[in-house]
Amino acid sequence: MRDVAVVGFAQRQMQDFDGSPTCVELLVPVFKECYEQTGWTRRDIGFWCSGSSDYLAGRSFSFVQAVDAIGVIPPVNESHVEMDLAWAMYEAWLKIQTGEVDTALVYAFGKSSAGVLRRTLGLQLDPYTMTPLWPDTVSLAGLQARAGIDAGLWDEQAMAEVALRSLTDAEKNEHAVRRGGSSVPELLARPLYADPLRKHDCAPVTDGAAAIVLAAGDRAREVRDRPAWLSGISHHIDPMSMGTRDLTRSPSAARSAAALDLTGVDVAELHAPFSHQELVLHRELALADDVRINPSGGALTGNPMFSAGGIRVGEAARRIWAGESDKALAHATSGPALQQNLVCTLGAATGSTTGGHR
Amino acid sequence: MSKLPAAVIGVGQTHHRAKREDVSMAGLCREAIDRALEDAQMTLDEIDAIVVGKAPDLFEGVMMPELFLAEALGAAGKPLLRVHTAGSVGGSTAIVAASLVQAGVHRKVLAVAYEKQSESNAMWALSVPVPFNMPVHAGAGGYFAPHVRSYIRRSGAPSHIGAVVAAKDRTNALKNPYAHLHNEGTTVETVLASQMLWDPIRYDETCPSSDGACAVVVAAEDIADTRPDAAWIHGTVMRSEATTAAERDQVNPQASRDAAASLWKQAGITNPLEQIDVAEIYVPFSWFEPMWLESLGFAEEGTGWQLTESGATAMDGRLPVNCSGGVLSSNPIGASGMLRFAEAALQVRGRAGEHQVDGARRALGHAYGGGSQFFSMWVVAADKPRN
Repeated sequence: MRDVAVVGFAQRQMQDFDGSPTCVELLVPVFKECYEQTGWTRRDIGFWCSGSSDYLAGRSFSFVQAVDAIGVIPPVNESHVEMDLAWAMYEAWLKIQTGEVDTALVYAFGKSSAGVLRRTLGLQLDPYTMTPLWPDTVSLAGLQARAGIDAGLWDEQAMAEVALRSLTDAEKNEHAVRRGGSSVPELLARPLYADPLRKHDCAPVTDGAAAIVLAAGDRAREVRDRPAWLSGISHHIDPMSMGTRDLTRSPSAARSAAALDLTGVDVAELHAPFSHQELVLHRELALADDVRINPSGGALTGNPMFSAGGIRVGEAARRIWAGESDKALAHATSGPALQQNLVCTLGAATGSTTGGHR
Repeated sequence: MSKLPAAVIGVGQTHHRAKREDVSMAGLCREAIDRALEDAQMTLDEIDAIVVGKAPDLFEGVMMPELFLAEALGAAGKPLLRVHTAGSVGGSTAIVAASLVQAGVHRKVLAVAYEKQSESNAMWALSVPVPFNMPVHAGAGGYFAPHVRSYIRRSGAPSHIGAVVAAKDRTNALKNPYAHLHNEGTTVETVLASQMLWDPIRYDETCPSSDGACAVVVAAEDIADTRPDAAWIHGTVMRSEATTAAERDQVNPQASRDAAASLWKQAGITNPLEQIDVAEIYVPFSWFEPMWLESLGFAEEGTGWQLTESGATAMDGRLPVNCSGGVLSSNPIGASGMLRFAEAALQVRGRAGEHQVDGARRALGHAYGGGSQFFSMWVVAADKPRN
C-alpha cells in the first residue's frame, strides 16, 4: 500500500444557508481554503470525487452542477458517490493506491434545511414494506435508544452525559450549530422529543459542505511537516431490516474496527447523530476508556448531511497536524440506526496501511 | 507503482423489458448477480466487496437504495460502495470495482448496476425545476437534438446516417436474447418512415426505457489465471467536464477526447480502428455512433458517418459496433454503461453467443452521461497486459 495522508480540510456547518446558494456557490470558498492550505491549484489535483444526495437536493443529478465549481475545462478525472464524504475519500484513496494519481480533492455538500430531513430520510427505507408507513429517522433512533435502555446497556443519564460533553466541547468549535453545556440534571429536566430522546440527544438539522485533500508520499510532505497519514481504512454494511437487526449493536462498525490496528489511538471522532449511538460505537469499536471522544463536539452539535462523516476525518487530521494527537480514529455512518460504517486511523507515522482485506 | 492485473471472470444481465413486474429492485439485481456469479464459478460468500451503480435515485423514488438492497445484494457484512455518475455510472461502477482489485485492496469484487424505470417516470424525474437554472423539460432527446444537428452541419453527413445505425443495432439485437427491443424487419427505410420526435431524431432512432440490471465479477491475477476465458483489463478512464461553457464543444467534448487519448495510451493502442476488434459504444440516439467514432479516434473528425455508411460498423464490418443491439435496443439507464463494459468482456471471452464477433481479442466498453460531459471507458482483451 502507498502512504497516503490527509493534507487539507475545509468545512462549513450552519443551521441554514443564508439565502439560497447553489452548490457551486457553496463549494467555491471551500475549495479556495484547500488551495490556500496546500499551495496548490486545481491543476495539481489528480482526482476528484464528491458525495451528495439527489433526494436532499430535491432534484436528479445534484452533483452535476457541483462539478462546475471545480472549473472543469480542461476536463478532470472525476467521480461521485451517492454517499457521505468519507466514502468519497475512500474512492479517492483507492485511486491513489492504483498509482494512477498522487493527489485528490474530495468534497461533499447538502442543504438539509430545504426540506423536512427526518421525513426525507424516511425515503431511505425499504420502498415496498417500510417507506409507505413513513417511520422517520428520529423515531427509528428512538426505538434504538429504547432497545438499549430496556436491555440495560445504557440509560438516559449516560445519554445526557454524552450530550453534555459534546455541547461543552462545541463551545470551542466555530462551526458548531449547537453549543453550550450546562449539567446532566438540567439536560434531563428538558422535555422529551421522541421518547426516550430529548432534542439534545438528536443531531441538529444542519446545512453544510466540506472538502478533504489527500496526497501520497512526498506530495504530502510538500504540504505539511506533519501530514495525517491514513494508516488504515475499512468499511462495511449491515442488512437494513429493522425487524431482524439487534438495534443495540452495529456489527459493521465492529467489523470495520477489527480490520484495523487501534492500538495507541488517543482521539476518536465518531459520527453519532444520536447520543446513544456514541455509546453503541464505543462498545463496537472497543475503544479504551481514556480515548478522547469528539473534541470537536461531534455530530450532536452539527450534522451536515453527506459531509458530517468526512468532517470527522478532517477534525481528526487537524489534531495530527497540530501535534495534539499521535494516532486518531475517525468514523462515519450512513443509513438508519448505524447500518453502514467506515472507520479509519490517522497518524503521524507512515506505514502499515490496511485496506480492509478480508 | 503500477496497477495490479485484474480481469472480468463473470458477466450477468437480466432480460430487459419496459416493465419487469415479476421482480422487485432486489430481484432484478439478484437476477444479474446470480448469472454473473454462476459465470464466475463463485458464490456470494467468496466475494470481498460490492460496488453498486445506478442513475438518479428519483428514477425509482428511493433515497440511496443500496441501503435497503444491501442484504439482497449479498453485501451484508461486506464493504459496499454506491457510485453515481449520471449515464456513465455503469461504466464508472465497473471501473471502481476494477480499482479495488488493481489497488490490491480486494481480490474478488462484484459490481452491479441497475435501473427499474417502470417504478417511476424518468421524464419527470429529470424535469424538476430548479431556481435560476435552465428548465429542460423535453427529456434527453430534446437536450441532444441540437448537438446532432450541429454534427450534421459540421460534417455534411447525409440525413439517413442515423437510420443506418438504428437499423443495424435493432438487427443486432435480434441475436441478443436479453435485449429489450426485438423489432423484426427494421430497415433504413422503416426507421426513416418513423415519426420525427426531436428534429432530426426520429422515434426509431431513440432508445427505449427499460427495467434491467447487469453485474460483473472482477478478480485478481492468480484467480483469473485459472480461467480459460478471462477478460483482462488493459485500461480504464473517467473524465468529466462542465455542463455549460461558451468554449465547450458539445459535439466532440474535450473530456471525451482526453479520455480516449488516455485509454489508448494505457492499452498501448496507437491505431484504434486497426487494433480494436469490437466496440460497445454508448449510443442512446443513433447519431451518436458517428459522433463518438470521431471523438474516440476511430475516424478523422467529420468522417465518422462515412465509416458508418460503409458498413464498417456492422457485425461483419471492420469495426463491429454494438453487436448486442446497444443502448438503442435496451436502456436501463444506470445499467446501460455496465452493459457496454460487460458486452465488451463477453466478446473477448468468446461468450457473446449469437452476436459473437469471430476472433475478437480486444474490445472497447464506453459510456457517457450528463450533457455529454461524464465519460467512462475501458479496454479489455483476451491476453494479459504485458506491463
